[in-house]
Amino acid sequence: MKNICKIIKKTQLCKEVFDFEVEFSHRPLPGQFIHVLCGDGVFLRRPISICDYNEGILRFSFAVRGEGTKRLANHNEGDMLDILGPLGRGFDTGKSGEGTAVVVGGGIGIFPLYFLSKRIKTEAILGFRTKDAVIMEDDFKSVCSAVHIATDDGSYGFHGLVTDVLQGRLEKADVTSVYACGPMPMMKEIKRITEDMGIFCQLSLEQRMGCGIGACSVCVCKSKGEYKKVCQNGPVFNAREVDFDE
Amino acid sequence: MNDIDLTVSIAGVTLKNPIVTASGTVGNGWEISRYYDLSELGAVCVKSITLNPREGNRPPRIAETPSGILNSVGLQNKGLDFFLKNDLNNLRKFDTKIIANISGGTIEENCEIAGRLGNEVDLIELNVSCPNVKQGGIAFGTNPAMVKEITQRVKDKCKVPLIVKLSPNVTDITETAKAARQGGADALSLINTLIGMKIDVNTAKPVLANNIGGLSGPAIRPIAVRMVWQVACCTDLPIIGMGGIISGEDAAEFIIAGATAVAVGSANIVNPAAGLEIKNQLTDYLKRKGIQSVSKLRGTVKIN
Repeated sequence: MKNICKIIKKTQLCKEVFDFEVEFSHRPLPGQFIHVLCGDGVFLRRPISICDYNEGILRFSFAVRGEGTKRLANHNEGDMLDILGPLGRGFDTGKSGEGTAVVVGGGIGIFPLYFLSKRIKTEAILGFRTKDAVIMEDDFKSVCSAVHIATDDGSYGFHGLVTDVLQGRLEKADVTSVYACGPMPMMKEIKRITEDMGIFCQLSLEQRMGCGIGACSVCVCKSKGEYKKVCQNGPVFNAREVDFDE
Repeated sequence: MNDIDLTVSIAGVTLKNPIVTASGTVGNGWEISRYYDLSELGAVCVKSITLNPREGNRPPRIAETPSGILNSVGLQNKGLDFFLKNDLNNLRKFDTKIIANISGGTIEENCEIAGRLGNEVDLIELNVSCPNVKQGGIAFGTNPAMVKEITQRVKDKCKVPLIVKLSPNVTDITETAKAARQGGADALSLINTLIGMKIDVNTAKPVLANNIGGLSGPAIRPIAVRMVWQVACCTDLPIIGMGGIISGEDAAEFIIAGATAVAVGSANIVNPAAGLEIKNQLTDYLKRKGIQSVSKLRGTVKIN
């Protein structure tokens, strides 16, 4: 549904990453997203994953990447935003299994995983480019049983990729589910790792989006040989059903 | 609101109001019907139907451009059989007219689709202007002789009035409009998207996987208004005007230029309730201007 929402809190998490809290009356599920009008001069909405929801307050975070997110970041506390949502299919928490659930996030892909980690018992593996880009570490520590940070340049935490950390963590054989969101190469590797080990895995995908409600057939991804709509059939997909071949 | 007469007639089919959805922007109505009652619309024009399912183009399929959208969906749809079995029954629940947009890759395929649709729908819109497929589509729509031939042959199979959707990617749209008229078209719709391209200057790669796509939205509205006016001047066929309509006043502009009805396209992508809102805004406009019937507005442009 379309909502006109008041921004009640704006925080800058790091260079180019902003965090908004808005009044929002519809209770979302972890993994769902909102579709936001960014302001004058920006025609299309921008899809943004939901980072948290608590008693009428929805939190979302985003990086300034283009004109849309730049305009959005110019908003201040007290401003109103036109938000469609909550939209899409979220994470399936019913299939986490008896063992440990691990969330794996790369960069701005970590946001939907925080909301999920509040709902189910998880460990988190979070990857960033460098120390200055590390965000939400304390948030995750407050809800996860363990938080592993990796940086590409080794300036903080593990020096390397989240997929290396994941591979090491899976050696203990107590993990029964993996939920991931991040850059495509990361997700492709996580699909491979979890498939090899027979672990349940879901991925939250991103694609350039139009309507956000499943009507325009723009934001597709290949799943089991056919194009599925990221906004409607996803954004969360079972990893084994995603084709990364293209 | 009830004192304003919004009804219009397209080739003998009465629409309760002039607001139609533009093909491809609301799917087959399932999703937007959760945002408003489709019975509020004059007609729903469904997403292009091909004989067999089509998977469409590789993503990314969309890019934002100044006041516009560039898309290259490539006619992804589940084919005629699926439409007849599933989508059609759902659309029939609403008190609105159904326009089937057909987009076969060959003249024969379009004839077969039109024939099999029979009178299951209220109107057929022949898409001879899709810029996103190599075969068919725009290949038909830019050549007046081809437009005439395909119109003639498809019209022959149609049990309901035939609308021909014109491409703006031509030197003189009145030539293809007249060709469609000669081929027996009962109405015209215009404009389809303009071919465009957007390049990411950081990577030097086109944003669309298909490299080029169709441009729509407010960016193309002045072109669309001009073409509707030109076509209205040269034929007596009813016109469904479209191109970047996002408000009731935009709809009025097309009607003043000569359109009988208008289609809302890109606006649906931004706002699922756009069709309903534009209808209400058009009603307000007519009230404000003291115009009792929307048909009185048609073609009232006062040329300088």
